[in-house]
Amino acid sequence: MANWIKEFVKGLVLSNPIFVMALGLCPALAVTNSLDNAIGMSGAVIFVLLCSNVLVSLLRTWVANIVRIPTFIVIIATFVTIISLTFEAYVPALYQSLGIYLPLIVVNCIILGRAEAFASRNRISLAVADALGMGIGFMLATCIISSIRETLGSGELALFGNTLFSIPVLNEHPISLFLLPAGAFLVIGLLLAFFRRVGLIKND
Amino acid sequence: MTNPLAIFIGMALINNFVLVKFLGLCPFFGVSKKLSNALSMGLAVTFVMFAASAVIWPIHNYILVNLNAEYLSTVVYILVIATLVQIMELVIMRTNYALYSAFGIYLALITTNCAVLGVTLVNTSEGFNFIESLVSALGAGTGFALVLVIMSGIRERLDNARLPKSMKGLPVAFLVAALLGLAFSGFSGMV
Repeated sequence: MANWIKEFVKGLVLSNPIFVMALGLCPALAVTNSLDNAIGMSGAVIFVLLCSNVLVSLLRTWVANIVRIPTFIVIIATFVTIISLTFEAYVPALYQSLGIYLPLIVVNCIILGRAEAFASRNRISLAVADALGMGIGFMLATCIISSIRETLGSGELALFGNTLFSIPVLNEHPISLFLLPAGAFLVIGLLLAFFRRVGLIKND
Repeated sequence: MTNPLAIFIGMALINNFVLVKFLGLCPFFGVSKKLSNALSMGLAVTFVMFAASAVIWPIHNYILVNLNAEYLSTVVYILVIATLVQIMELVIMRTNYALYSAFGIYLALITTNCAVLGVTLVNTSEGFNFIESLVSALGAGTGFALVLVIMSGIRERLDNARLPKSMKGLPVAFLVAALLGLAFSGFSGMV
């Protein structure tokens, strides 16, 4: 039980996939222009990460070492196809706005990285804990980035169509830089420096 | 048919893969510490993108479309890219060892580079024909190489700069990327 908790918690802060390991940066920057997109993307990543970690852990004694990477990629690609067909059918608006970043989860280094470094060496309960921890860590990071970008870039923060809050002057004159690609780099760079300054993340 | 030059400039500058579409960020931050490595990586990626587009276009249009199996495209694309990279690595190693030692080690990393899968997905979603796909792959690769070289030039200088401890390394690289991205946004609307 203690191991289970340890593997779960490590993904949240200590080895957060985005801020600490700098993995899976492409989706973290590309879909964080709104909170909705970030949550949708994180949901897809958590699903794929969980399923692939479970399957890789179950198959770990059966897969020959030499073909393990291609096997992992096929497993991951299958789950990505499942989630993108599901999104296309039930949440078409989200599917449209995530665009090519949904199929690109296949090459997200977090998922292949966890399959290779963790799930292929550990039993299934730990692999589940690891996937949930890393997935929620990813969600936490993308939600922080997207909340900042959406608030500054459009003056208000909306969640599934409901406006959570709106900043009086800023919503008439939003700083649209933050919705541009450059804003994504700016926000994540400053957040990283901030987390290091306050000691949440160690300097490398 | 769209003007090939427009596609090339569009992929290389306006929709630059790294700075606008955020594809291939891992090598962008990982391999951009030295100018010579950056150039090799950029060339290797361009090469793989071109080859992958050339192979995937017929597979998509003659096999997947005919079988009504476009939903399998993600699985098929990644398998094709992985196989292609392996074959290319073997061929280059056997035929041209100088070339292999120049960018052989980067080839293995390229399989999981989202820029390569990205360019094939963009080609499909834009409905490009064969020639247009090749031009767009060349454009995307050139744009990637260009930004990687610019970035590594800046980072070589940054090593000598006096920075606050918490800004060193990755954070300042992100800020440089932000400024580069701002510069590249000046290209939008050019075509």
